[in-house]
Amino acid sequence: MGQNGPLLSIKNISKEFYGNVVLHDVSFDLHEGEILGLVGENGAGKTTLMRILFGMPVIAETGGFNGTILIDGQEARFSNPFDALDAGIGMVHQEFSLIPGFTTTENIVLNRESMHPSLLNNVFGDRMSILDRSVMKKRAESAIAKLGVKLDSSMLVSEMPVGHKQFTEIAREISREKTRVLVLDEPTAVLTESEAEVLLGSLKRLAKEGVGIIFISHRLQEVVEVADRIVVLRDGLAVKNVPSSGVTIKDIASWMVGRSVSADVRSEEARNLGAEILSVEHLWVDMPGETVRDVNFSVRSGEIFGIGGLAGQGKLGIPNGVMGLYPAGGAVRLHDKEVVLNAPALALNAGMAFVSEDRRGVGLLLEESLDWNIAFTAMQIHGQYLKPILGGLFTQRDEKAMYCLCEEYIKLLDIKCTSSKQKAKELSGGNQQKICLAKAFALKPDLLFVSEPTRGIDVGAKKLVLDTLRKYNREYGTTIVMVSSELEELRAICDRIAIIDEGSIAGVLPPSADIAEFGILMAGVSDSPTKTKRADAPQEAMNA
Amino acid sequence: MRNLKTFIQDFGWPRIIIFLFLVSLFVFAPAVGVRLDASISDVFNRFGQYAILVLALVPMIQSGCGLNFGLALGIIAGLLGSTLSLQLELRGFMGFFGAIALSAPFSILLGYLYGKLLNKVKGEEMTIAMYVGFSFVMLMCIMWLVLPYSNPTMVWGYAGKGLRTTITVEGYWLKILNDFLAIKVGRFFVFPTGLLLFVGFCAFCMWVFLRSKTGTAMTAVGSNPDFARASGVSADKMRTISVVISTFLGAIGIIVYQQSFGFVQLYTAPTPMVFPAIAAILIGGANINKASMVNVLVGTFLFQGLLTMTPSVINSVLQTDMSEVIRMIVSNGMILYALTRKMKVAK
Repeated sequence: MGQNGPLLSIKNISKEFYGNVVLHDVSFDLHEGEILGLVGENGAGKTTLMRILFGMPVIAETGGFNGTILIDGQEARFSNPFDALDAGIGMVHQEFSLIPGFTTTENIVLNRESMHPSLLNNVFGDRMSILDRSVMKKRAESAIAKLGVKLDSSMLVSEMPVGHKQFTEIAREISREKTRVLVLDEPTAVLTESEAEVLLGSLKRLAKEGVGIIFISHRLQEVVEVADRIVVLRDGLAVKNVPSSGVTIKDIASWMVGRSVSADVRSEEARNLGAEILSVEHLWVDMPGETVRDVNFSVRSGEIFGIGGLAGQGKLGIPNGVMGLYPAGGAVRLHDKEVVLNAPALALNAGMAFVSEDRRGVGLLLEESLDWNIAFTAMQIHGQYLKPILGGLFTQRDEKAMYCLCEEYIKLLDIKCTSSKQKAKELSGGNQQKICLAKAFALKPDLLFVSEPTRGIDVGAKKLVLDTLRKYNREYGTTIVMVSSELEELRAICDRIAIIDEGSIAGVLPPSADIAEFGILMAGVSDSPTKTKRADAPQEAMNA
Repeated sequence: MRNLKTFIQDFGWPRIIIFLFLVSLFVFAPAVGVRLDASISDVFNRFGQYAILVLALVPMIQSGCGLNFGLALGIIAGLLGSTLSLQLELRGFMGFFGAIALSAPFSILLGYLYGKLLNKVKGEEMTIAMYVGFSFVMLMCIMWLVLPYSNPTMVWGYAGKGLRTTITVEGYWLKILNDFLAIKVGRFFVFPTGLLLFVGFCAFCMWVFLRSKTGTAMTAVGSNPDFARASGVSADKMRTISVVISTFLGAIGIIVYQQSFGFVQLYTAPTPMVFPAIAAILIGGANINKASMVNVLVGTFLFQGLLTMTPSVINSVLQTDMSEVIRMIVSNGMILYALTRKMKVAK
């Protein structure tokens, strides 16, 4: 064993998927007994890096990677996770990989059970040995003791609270004699705060015994608390590699995002709003799980109107109903003209566009190229991107115009892709969202509905999406109705915010209103304002 | 190297193996006494005969209805058209195009009803389509007997009514396309110019259609019906249109087949026409969500090439008739392969 050299060192690792670079020249070392905190936004490359380290087959299937992994100074190249296990790398995944019907002990020593030889061994070999349950139990208990927690070694996994499941996983990894590097991917995401504290204590104890730990977490507080050294990934680059002493959460957050994360300062510009453009009266929408009962509101031209509220209260039903995607009734008037409900083509024709919250299900043609995705709706609704043949006898797709349109939006929205012919499914979540926006912008709508525009995309992309919306609003005067579960983001760009509760509007507030007021509206007036918590729970959506 | 690898991956091993097998058959043909020029002429001929039936599968694949196992409906519309044309004693080009025109109302009606039915069974189209085809063929078995056709060349001689199982088109429009501008080289080689021109014309029309506004909408419906709906396109309408077009092309396809083959085959004859067409488009590289003109042309050529060459070459080598067995293995094997690949795509 190298007494002074690093236990694990990662050197110049690069990896690309379909031409998109997800890791670029990442290097860092992990020493014995060190806890390394690895942080980064979603899509920064953390998971990919760990997959490479663990020899996941998906890496080889997508073309392998460049760079080297050294363990005790010797190059290691794992073709599958078993090699990695043999080399002493243990991994605790985000999702539990435990067998629910087995006990703690059985899960911990799974596939490494202690066995008695039996008579049948002579005929059938080792597979016919008998389990030595008392030794197994001792081994499991010693692993649990190492963690410093209390777990019932004979409890079934299916009956455990989540915290215990997480500890069982970790116990399984450290019960291997060889495990010297332990990778934990978001181990505290499912734990309560007190459980998380116990876990962090166990990690410190393990580190004292000489295990090197890579700790991945979104909870920066924990990283600062437990890690000896912090590596920050951003857009596939290791932008920081610093000892944790003296580092604050704010520092890490700004390294992750690459820009200052001070709350978006609202420009106190004078807003010049026009006459009423949209009025909605007594709208009801039958959208499963998001029923709208009776909604009345009006939006002025040039406004950004926000619609917020808790999940399931009906905020998503509003745009889906107005755009005709779910059965709806009531009166919707755009430019003082009645909009026919339950007919998507007529709603689009009237000058409205919709960016759906269901990006992959409704928003995109995943199997088709980007130019199709962007130009399709404009082609079907306005007859654009078609060229007449034989003096207008019939029309053909104008591939060149579609290409130009696509290139224009790729540049404008900074969409990361290999070309306009790349398939939509190959883009990352944030870039897919930009394609959805481009599709809506290409319609040149008077009124744009945007539903959950930042769901499931990382912090950096979120900001870009919001900036784009604001820019379109300011430069082209597009009126925007934005539906979002994230109150902060509504408050950052909207002129007015309506809060939906139980299928109707509980109240409309200016964005500058106190957060507690929003909370009261969301919770229903009688309830306490504690439910505002949801507004700061973007992690859930991001992990989805 | 990487290019070659991705090419092989895209093109698929089954196609490459079939292609190499076909090439080897051509190479060995002279060695076992099979005339190469006659064989090549045969391949062109059969390619032309079947290509439009294969082309008929494209619209439904594109619109997400899957492989048209109910192509028999289109074939029956074509049979109605050609028998009516014979009944009216239309001859020459008049007879051929008359048959197509007469089949049009039937294919539109049948296609419309069939499309409505398929819209009700989304996700299970292919299974339902197969049974629609089977049962409609059986219904028509009765109809062929009772419909009041009276042309003596068509009805059973002893009863004076009810259509025969096979009716010759000789004297009406036999080989009307095949012989149009045909190029004869030597005694054995005939290049069926008219036939191939007609196939080319149909494929071109389909290509143009798929690039039109409606064709684009149809492809989008096949790719993601919810996306299409949110863009103001009616998925059901597009699917119905695709089924009507597919049925009409099936009708044209069988009429083209008849003029080359020489006979109108009735009763249960439509059923065994369907699987070879499906196998051909799959060999051509289509899957159940995407098909192109290249898939149609390459697939028909490979599949019909195989069917033409194996009986003559393999039979001369083995001294026994293996052609039917090989046809079965290739066509059913190819369908099986394509249906299992569906899961891979869905991943």
